[in-house]
Amino acid sequence: MKEKKIRSLEAVHYHVMLLPTLILLAIFSIYPTLGSIMAFKYFDPIEGIWGSPWAGLDHFKMLFQIPEFKQITINTITISLIKIILNISCALAFALLLHEIKKRWFKRSVQTIVYLPFFLSWVIMAGIFKDFFSIDGLINGIIHRLSGGEPIMFFNSNTWFMIIVYVTDVWKGFGFNAIVFLAALTAINPNLYEAADVDGASRWAKLVNITLPSIKGTIVLILILSLQGILSGGFDQIFNLYNPLVYQVVDIYDTYIYRMGFQSNQYEFATAVGLFRSAVAFIFILISQWLAKKYGEYKVF
Amino acid sequence: MSIRLTKGDMIANTIIYTILTLLVVVTLVPLLNILAISLSDSAKATAGLVTIYPLGLSWSTYTTIFKDHAILTAAGVSCQRVVLALVIDMVLVVLAAYPLSRSKKAFRSRGIYMWIVIGTMLFGPSTVPMFFTVKDMHMLGTIWALVIPGAVGQFHIILMLNYFRNIPSELEESASIDGAGPWRRLLQIYVPLSMPIMATIALFVVVGNWNAYYDGLIYSMKTSDFPLQTYIQQLVVNYDTTIRDVDQVRDLLAISNRSLTAAKLVITMIPILLVYPFMQKYFISGIMLGSVKE
Repeated sequence: MKEKKIRSLEAVHYHVMLLPTLILLAIFSIYPTLGSIMAFKYFDPIEGIWGSPWAGLDHFKMLFQIPEFKQITINTITISLIKIILNISCALAFALLLHEIKKRWFKRSVQTIVYLPFFLSWVIMAGIFKDFFSIDGLINGIIHRLSGGEPIMFFNSNTWFMIIVYVTDVWKGFGFNAIVFLAALTAINPNLYEAADVDGASRWAKLVNITLPSIKGTIVLILILSLQGILSGGFDQIFNLYNPLVYQVVDIYDTYIYRMGFQSNQYEFATAVGLFRSAVAFIFILISQWLAKKYGEYKVF
Repeated sequence: MSIRLTKGDMIANTIIYTILTLLVVVTLVPLLNILAISLSDSAKATAGLVTIYPLGLSWSTYTTIFKDHAILTAAGVSCQRVVLALVIDMVLVVLAAYPLSRSKKAFRSRGIYMWIVIGTMLFGPSTVPMFFTVKDMHMLGTIWALVIPGAVGQFHIILMLNYFRNIPSELEESASIDGAGPWRRLLQIYVPLSMPIMATIALFVVVGNWNAYYDGLIYSMKTSDFPLQTYIQQLVVNYDTTIRDVDQVRDLLAISNRSLTAAKLVITMIPILLVYPFMQKYFISGIMLGSVKE
């Protein structure tokens, strides 16, 4: 009895500890999430979100009618999928190469350098790459010296722009993304390799028969978890690199929402797009979690 | 280790070392290029002659920056937000993680709170209603708009509570018998034992806040409210790439001070470079801890 009393007394302290977090979540997370109701209203700045008149499904009807919506859906999913595949394969290839290195100092130095770009913001990286790929930038300088040809306007061409999006994304993340694979590689039982050495297995044979099967689980898991971001596409990168000339191929949900909301002031419509995106993304997260639990023997929460 | 290296092994080793060295070079070139441009004579930089070392070494861009009011103000806003966010976020995460690390028996409402934390993490608000919320709270244009809306880090709470759970409960039980309440147990047992994860989360918060630009963009009332990253974003992103004519772009580049912009980018990178050695130590283990099962 006494113990129970102490416990409920302690619980009061626990509630107090959680109170600040709860208040902030209520105001800045739950309240604005409910504010997405704006997507079903005609917004009146004087009445506010809650007092504005109802619009029913008007904004969603418009959403499914305009051709841009189809285009940004295709763009978002295409960009995300290609990024997922490129990022995972490059990170994996890098981890496998690094795993072959026996000299510790070399391994350490390589890691120290290639992890760095991950921590730099896309604002900085956009600034650097806009200079790097500009008409008088280093890349065009090299092209000029090698072939003497006209400079390439990388940011104005759909094809070149997409190549830059993928290349810079991999450039920024391949090192950091490899961390999980490196951890999985170091967990492989060294006896397996020793046994293979005794049998006279080649390096390639060891890679195919020991290394890859051992980390298969990790690869599948990372692939499944990457699915969660399929409606993201990487806002920070695209927002900071793009320009109206390439909207057609790089405009994704988040960039479109920003322009509709804060440049065209179509608040309700932007919210409708955002709500649609969040709802579908939520389904993807649930599927991905379920798959991860089933196939990856993994539980995030 | 096997001593005999076959010819095939040697070739493979050479290829692997070469590829990795190339990757290091590819990672460094854009960064060295911008550093070289920032330190180069403005005319040479504009002509596009600079590669990875400065031409006509000059520090003038950096002395100009230290006299530029706008960028110093922006840097001040950034420093202020990092310090405030660090203090507030850390207090919140410790206070929230402790009760949530209790067993269901010790804290019966734990389940509901966990649902709120995870639910708000998975289903976040859209940017427009978020903007109106910050506006309704009368935070637009203040430093609080950059600190408070993102102060609760659900992912950080989960990292922290997983760490707390791995601390042996015997320590707490004996303190409990000595009459220590929840607050004393948290502050005198849990916090001192959790320094590695605290350092990891602190670095997450510092880097995240230093690198944030979007909130500065939508919650600011005037340009002097901008944190450094938003200031840089406006500087480098809004330059017009829509002009199709090569000569026109050349003219534009000649007016814009390329080496000065480069120097501003370098300055903005410095804090990250300063905390980078610590990050290497803690961040990576933090990422691994993130995958620890509850």
